[in-house]
Amino acid sequence: MTTFIARRLLQAIVVLAVVALISFTMFRYVGDPIENILGQEATQADYNELVDRLGLNDPVPVQYFRFLGKALSGDFGVSYRQRRPVTQIIAERAPATLELAFISGLLALTGGIVFGIYTAINRDSYLSHAIMTGSLIGVSLPTFLIGILLIWIFAVELKWLPSFGRGTVTDLGWWTTGLLTISGLKSLILPAITLGLYQLTLIMRLVRAEMLEVLQMDYIRTARANGLPERKILYSHALRNTLIPVISITGLQFGSIIAFAIITESVFQWPGLGLLFIDAIQFVDVPVMAAYLMLIAVIFVIINLIVDILTYAVDPRARGTQPGSTP
Amino acid sequence: MKHNINTMLGACAIGTTAMLIGMAVPADAETIRWARKADSLTLDPHAQNEGPTHTLTHQIYEPLLHRDMSAKIVPALAQSWAPTKDPTIWEFKLRKGVTFHDGATFTADDVVFSFKRAMKQTSAMKELLASVTDIIKIDDHTVHIKTKGANPLLPNNLTNLFVMDEGWSKKNGAADPQDFENGKNNHAVTNANGTGAYMITSRAPDAKTVLKANPKYWGRGKFPLEVTEIVYTPIKSPATRVAALLSGEVDIIQDVPVQDLRRVASDAKLKVVKAAQNRTIFFGMNVGDADLKSDNVEGKNPLADVRVRQAINIAINRPAIQKVVMRGQSAPTGVIMPPFVNGWTKALDGHPKYDVNKAKALLKEAGYANGFGITLNCPNNRYINDEAICQAAAAMLGRIGIKVTLDAKPKAQHFPLIKKKETDFYLLGWGVPTFDSEYIFNYLVHSTTDKLGSWNGTRFSNADLDKKIEGLASETNLDKRNKVIAEIWAVVQKEVLYAAIHNQVLNWGMTKRINFPVQPEDQPHFKYLKFNK
Repeated sequence: MTTFIARRLLQAIVVLAVVALISFTMFRYVGDPIENILGQEATQADYNELVDRLGLNDPVPVQYFRFLGKALSGDFGVSYRQRRPVTQIIAERAPATLELAFISGLLALTGGIVFGIYTAINRDSYLSHAIMTGSLIGVSLPTFLIGILLIWIFAVELKWLPSFGRGTVTDLGWWTTGLLTISGLKSLILPAITLGLYQLTLIMRLVRAEMLEVLQMDYIRTARANGLPERKILYSHALRNTLIPVISITGLQFGSIIAFAIITESVFQWPGLGLLFIDAIQFVDVPVMAAYLMLIAVIFVIINLIVDILTYAVDPRARGTQPGSTP
Repeated sequence: MKHNINTMLGACAIGTTAMLIGMAVPADAETIRWARKADSLTLDPHAQNEGPTHTLTHQIYEPLLHRDMSAKIVPALAQSWAPTKDPTIWEFKLRKGVTFHDGATFTADDVVFSFKRAMKQTSAMKELLASVTDIIKIDDHTVHIKTKGANPLLPNNLTNLFVMDEGWSKKNGAADPQDFENGKNNHAVTNANGTGAYMITSRAPDAKTVLKANPKYWGRGKFPLEVTEIVYTPIKSPATRVAALLSGEVDIIQDVPVQDLRRVASDAKLKVVKAAQNRTIFFGMNVGDADLKSDNVEGKNPLADVRVRQAINIAINRPAIQKVVMRGQSAPTGVIMPPFVNGWTKALDGHPKYDVNKAKALLKEAGYANGFGITLNCPNNRYINDEAICQAAAAMLGRIGIKVTLDAKPKAQHFPLIKKKETDFYLLGWGVPTFDSEYIFNYLVHSTTDKLGSWNGTRFSNADLDKKIEGLASETNLDKRNKVIAEIWAVVQKEVLYAAIHNQVLNWGMTKRINFPVQPEDQPHFKYLKFNK
């Protein structure tokens, strides 16, 4: 187990270094940050001076290793756009994104399981058909369209929910939360639905398919033959086996929820990391872009690692073969 | 249970107090909720020279003199100003009885400190003070600004130069504008202490900024000051911004997308207010190089021939662009200068008549009867419908045989093409913060040198014209100066260096409860806002 984790960690470091290298090469093609920093009145002398000061004349490998060296000590530089330390900006923005991702992940998981079981058990009811058809919308409509649609219905026409922002947030010093105020909770509803809808339908369809498969199994038939109550058969025997693949998928999807948050955040002006990243791209704010990409890579690597360890620990079959290979 | 009752009683008591306090506040206590596309980048008044940043800063800090809601220069922290007998020295008489938000008194020391701060290497405002050599305190309420040679237009450059408190800045380690290297936070980036009508109460960058009225503001009684609280939220997505206005969550938005204007105007509670903006959109052409890289003509530069440029100029159907691309929200023009600028005349503004046959004849005369192919570089996220303008123009030029390949890119990639002279045919927009033609000439007409002509992508160079442009900076006889300006414009127009398209129109969407004109620089100053009673 220990060697397994050590090996995975080593791989993780290589992945991060490669992500940093790729993003660094890409930054060359995003545009010229100096133009944005100096504005239209700058002279050529100002331009050259700033290029020098930021070290942008050095060859890419030199810049890359300088970045890695500083990043290892936790220094990601100063944002070109906001002129504040990047680590500070990211720490300010992370709670908004993580809260949104967590709530929509929770929504997707509970909604997906409940609807999945319902549609599996009551395959021919009208409600099941309605849910299955509705889930097609969740899979096929692009996120920004769902967001705008929800804003139009619930904010503009019905005026029930806010169309943008986080509402009133409570500052706990190291974390800001919208979960403690009514306006914060109301602000969370539409973005959480928008972000979670795709994952919800995905989990729902997975649960439904697994459940239908499990219900055909011999041991379920045996349980029925033995006269066990239907409730017990469904919820304690069938469901438990259904959930194993669901949990590993959910773990992996959480990473993509954070990454997909970019679109939802820009539709709802949600002041999180995704919105920060979009602004950074437009301004060619290289330090923020680099730090964001590294952070997302770290999150993915950690989630993968946890999923691998869980699979390794839970499923005896995983131990026999190459550790870490997940479906 | 007992505990619960106590809490409830406590809550009631707080509620009652709140009601009492609420009643104590004067009836005209009014909050304005304001949204626009982008947030201010920093509270440091000298760290960015950029529209949205200046707009927020104007509520908190004040310059010596500023442009009011009709863009007219009016006194702010200076009460009067004039050149002294020595034309290289300007004297500014400062306002008395002004205090900063923290209570410190405003004196000449603060002005000297702030201008020197704005001239430092890490300041983004230093270019506006390039002509200033020194600033001297004469007494507590008089300062002298010394310039290299005479600078008759110095006041025009000072409308966005804000004054900070010397004591506060030094005490908080903010004596210099934020630098990129040290990785430390500069106190002035997230905190503010100005003399302005509003004080910052909370700020979360890119999310929400709350300002409240400054009870000790010197302008009490001079300005409406009916707004007592400003809640400012940037909303990036245009659809969401409009939705927030329609749902009544905000009271005023800048940047209403042209396709949503009718929707906003048709709402019973809302209105759209318009004004011509201080920004012209135009095409630039490479007239200087012997051969072009981006065309299909070998060994020659078709744009070097003035007849080709004239053909392009009359082949662009400006009224059609106004009607179809801009949905009426633009003012077609024939000169790269908005109407507020000194040097503007109706004759210059008149745009040439759209004439395909004449354009074809001109091309034939120049030896391009079958036209030619060329790449047009265009930004796609900078100006209103910028890419669509280029598409329309490409189709129009196609009708006279010029086959345009459109290359639209984000501004961060488009602008370097112009500054590095890597484009032969491009779209650009230009605003004139000094409201004087000299600013346009300095950046767009003068040959590119270390100091001037940095945005002149035309490669046009005329030593005689350059000399005239340089002379403007120190010409104190304004009549003579205006005559030279007219002469320079005559050359620019005759040479067709640029094909002007239109001036942009600003649209602010707002609730009918307020009475607020649109400011031509796109800078709402909320101390002027009035509520309809």
